[in-house]
Amino acid sequence: MKLIDRFVEKFFWVAAVLSLAVTILIFAFMVILGLPLFKGGQFFDLLSKPWLPDHSTFGIYPMIVGTLSISSLGLCFAFPLSLGCSAFISVFGPKRLSKILKKTVQLMTGIPTVIYGFVGIFLLVPIIREIFKSGSGMCILSASLLLSILVCPTMILIFTDSFDQVPKPFLDAADALGGNKVQKVLYVILPYSWRGVLTGLILSLGRAMGDTMIALMVAGNAVALPHSVLDSARTLTAHIALVIAADFESLEFKTLFACGIILYLFTTVIALSVRSINSKPWRRK
Amino acid sequence: MDRVLEKVGTGFSWICAMVLLGTVFCIVGYLLINGISTINIKLIFGETDPMNALLFRKQVFDGLFPAIIGTFALVALSVSFAVPIGLAAGIYMAEYCRGSLKKVFSLFFDVLAGIPSIVVGLFGFSVAIFLHKYFSSKVYPCLFISALSLAFLVLPYLIRTTQISLENLSEGIRRTAPALGATKLQNIFYVLIPRSLSGIASGVILSIGRCAEDTAVIMLTGVVVTSGVPKSVFSNYEALPFYIYYISSQYSDKQELLSGYAAAIILLIICGLLFMTTFFVKHRLTYHALYRP
Repeated sequence: MKLIDRFVEKFFWVAAVLSLAVTILIFAFMVILGLPLFKGGQFFDLLSKPWLPDHSTFGIYPMIVGTLSISSLGLCFAFPLSLGCSAFISVFGPKRLSKILKKTVQLMTGIPTVIYGFVGIFLLVPIIREIFKSGSGMCILSASLLLSILVCPTMILIFTDSFDQVPKPFLDAADALGGNKVQKVLYVILPYSWRGVLTGLILSLGRAMGDTMIALMVAGNAVALPHSVLDSARTLTAHIALVIAADFESLEFKTLFACGIILYLFTTVIALSVRSINSKPWRRK
Repeated sequence: MDRVLEKVGTGFSWICAMVLLGTVFCIVGYLLINGISTINIKLIFGETDPMNALLFRKQVFDGLFPAIIGTFALVALSVSFAVPIGLAAGIYMAEYCRGSLKKVFSLFFDVLAGIPSIVVGLFGFSVAIFLHKYFSSKVYPCLFISALSLAFLVLPYLIRTTQISLENLSEGIRRTAPALGATKLQNIFYVLIPRSLSGIASGVILSIGRCAEDTAVIMLTGVVVTSGVPKSVFSNYEALPFYIYYISSQYSDKQELLSGYAAAIILLIICGLLFMTTFFVKHRLTYHALYRP
């Protein structure tokens, strides 16, 4: 019996270490396979050059710009929308309607990304094309609009969670002072739960940058540097998905690992910043 | 001034709520209107007799059946990789790991949870190529590699949900069995796990949903457009999400496009059902598992 106990406990430990090892292994694989890129400062060249396979220049600068513009524009749409929805769920909405909205939001986290992309291509892209009368409609704007719908549930659920943690006496005090609901949100709930709001924002940024399918399906995947929101663009994630067929030994293929490393490092930064936001002792404003 | 602010604030939150509900309604409604009429037996099984297809006696060539089977095989395989490891690691995190070691572990699991799925896919693809070069030339991206990569993708969810639902148990429950002389392991298996079963189970179901919907990982690790029902775990396979993606970019005629809509509805229904199950499980499973004879 004792022996079995020891064995089972060992198994728990091994499982945890194995999961840790996977995390490190993924990064190690990227670095080792992308190793030729690091020789002679080539790595930083990659980050600033355009993608011109005919001139054997394989820079990923346009993809970095694409990722940043699509995800930041997506957040610009999603943040106010999520803030409004979470305020609706926590404060403004009638009870039944709030409950329906919250259930819908929870259900939205289960909708496959590829379905957003599919509906985007056949519903949103033609609309954008008609409104702006330029290009195919597959552009940064369409992708970021869809992306905002994708990240909304993440944000709303984190926001409402942190709104719900505001102590009831605080809310009662606001009511007792004659504050209306808007004042309650602006002066009591938001200042108290800024940490949750920031966490939600950062995690959604990570989700937006890491998403592949929407950008791949709707953003058009042009390798040129985008100049307006109506230009087609390619993200780092879509780039990985598109170049995969190339020759394994080529420099072209090696640049994928540069994309992977950038995305991985970005993920690490996000995990670290969320941690530091939530670990500092609570300071009163 | 305050009156205006109140009106604007309230109006804004109503508008946001309606916009979001409207968008979801549009997305689902659009799919249903365009695709519901094409869903029938023939779409799934093509010209093959359904009974023969279900018993794998005959291959289905022009239906969604291989994609559905591929998705199910993929989910089953990757969940069976991920669940034992994920649960064990979660138990370790909640019950054994302490202090700064725990902080290090959870940071790494946070990173693992945040890694974009395409990067995990790239990892799986590189592993397949690596094995192909140095181990055996028979290894190619296949169902096995996909399932393994997907298992890495859902591992952090499993660890987190297990850990959190164990940690949320009250001190009273936690201490009773040891006070009666139970060992730590007996306490875990007979008291703590049964008590947190609903949390753990909903974590498992959520990760099934993730496996079923993910497209980015599998498109790098062995999914193809037509392969029929996978013959072994080392062969190529079809999957619903990839089929939807493929149709959206490469459809040649209206019939194919319609089958894309139908596939999207089927996938949506599968994911929706899984999601409903988590709600059901959260409320009911503990009740049934613990208090019913």
